[in-house]
Amino acid sequence: MLALEEVGVRYGGVDALRGVSLRVERGRVLGLIGPNGAGKTTLVNAATGLAPLASGTIALEGKRIDGLPQHRIARAGIARTYQNIRLFGALDVRANLAAGAFARPGRLDEETLRALLARAGIPDVDPAARAGALPYGDQRRLEIARVLAARPLVAMLDEPAAGMNAAETRRLAETIRAIAADGIAVLLIEHDMPLIRAACDDVVVLNFGQVIARGTPAQVGRDPVVVEAYLGSDAGALA
Amino acid sequence: MHPLLDFYAKHSRLIDQIGVNALLALSLSVSLQAGQLALAQAAFMGIAAYVSAILAMTYHWPLIASILAAVVVSTVVAALLAYPVRRLRGIFLAIATIGFGEIVRVVANNLSVTGGAEGMSGIPSDATTPVIYGSLALVTLALFALSRTKFALAVALVREDEHAARGVGVDVGVVRTLSLALGGAIAGLGGALYAHASFFITPTDFGFATMERILVWCVIGGVTSPLGAVLGAALLSVLPEMIRFLADYREISNGIILLAVILFAPGGIAALWRRGAIRVRS
Repeated sequence: MLALEEVGVRYGGVDALRGVSLRVERGRVLGLIGPNGAGKTTLVNAATGLAPLASGTIALEGKRIDGLPQHRIARAGIARTYQNIRLFGALDVRANLAAGAFARPGRLDEETLRALLARAGIPDVDPAARAGALPYGDQRRLEIARVLAARPLVAMLDEPAAGMNAAETRRLAETIRAIAADGIAVLLIEHDMPLIRAACDDVVVLNFGQVIARGTPAQVGRDPVVVEAYLGSDAGALA
Repeated sequence: MHPLLDFYAKHSRLIDQIGVNALLALSLSVSLQAGQLALAQAAFMGIAAYVSAILAMTYHWPLIASILAAVVVSTVVAALLAYPVRRLRGIFLAIATIGFGEIVRVVANNLSVTGGAEGMSGIPSDATTPVIYGSLALVTLALFALSRTKFALAVALVREDEHAARGVGVDVGVVRTLSLALGGAIAGLGGALYAHASFFITPTDFGFATMERILVWCVIGGVTSPLGAVLGAALLSVLPEMIRFLADYREISNGIILLAVILFAPGGIAALWRRGAIRVRS
């Protein structure tokens, strides 16, 4: 579905990503973990056209998308959420979902709108409410609904559980599994290990811009390189 | 004489002015809605005013043809201007577009075809009240129709967050260019009508003072509300006529009103309306 081959990104003199290869497959959830500054968000930025590649290629269903402007990549089928929520805060919930569906033909009807909110786990949110006035957790979920509105091939979720409590995170894992079950390829960036374990089929571990391990959540959790280089005391949560 | 006709006979010039001013306010409100503080409306207005005046006087084009040609020219100029300013935002865009306006004024001041600083006089005064208000009605209808399209959604998204707009597939460059061109078209229509309602025009008619006045109308009306912009234009066109001594101090009174709106009613008339602070009595 989405294939990154030997991707490198440079910011000034710093290698933010070096030779990173990974595949996000239809119907599967790939977790992307690593310490702060490991290059996780840079990878999402590279795949969505925000950060130019210094080397390597990115292909969506076999077609090269690296070098395309952001809006063309969005139209090709990659939708994302942001680490710092980027809803259209002054607009209402309905307009935010219409924004998500912007590249799709036709209008967003009421039935679709309700279905999107339900799939994102916020069925009771008022479509006329101002997005910026929603509670924090609902804003995170509305961003996911906006991604779903685009009916993307690939959904990239950048720390969707940030600021959520354990119960909310558990429900979020179900939401993410359901999104993958609908045939979308999901890339999940997270720090929350229980969420990674509950939601991901595979995990890629980044450190200093390079892949240091990959496998199932359980395999990665047992990998001594990962444990030593990065996970530390949190390793138990994975295994 | 019927009292309404009597009223019209006395105030027809002011009534025509309000119509033209409403068009100019709408033209700026279009680019403000896309979050673009592009202040070249007076220049687009001037370009169209000169084009239609020259076509009518030198080439004896009929009114409608000269206005249409002028609108085409101002639209194309506005669309072309979008390219060099494509990376500018906020105050930088404002400065660059004001600079463009000054260039247009200086050029008009020095060309012989525009009559230089003397301007042009003897323009046929055939933009009558029905022509002006017919144009205003057409533009209003067109903008209303546009407000129900995806383009209007794209404009709102660009205004709110360009980056997130790109992320959902909006081509921000196209939206900016189209909204600037649309503003140029409406300002051009206002400018051509201005020329055909004024008998004579000079470069200072299209200088910074005029641009500032258009901006004040929009701010008072509420920057993202077309209806507010029209109300702002009407209010500030009538006010100096009602309070006569204000007419001599128009720039000062405009400045004071602008400050008062920014301090006490930041959303302008449109926001007061939404908050229910003012209501139409039925």
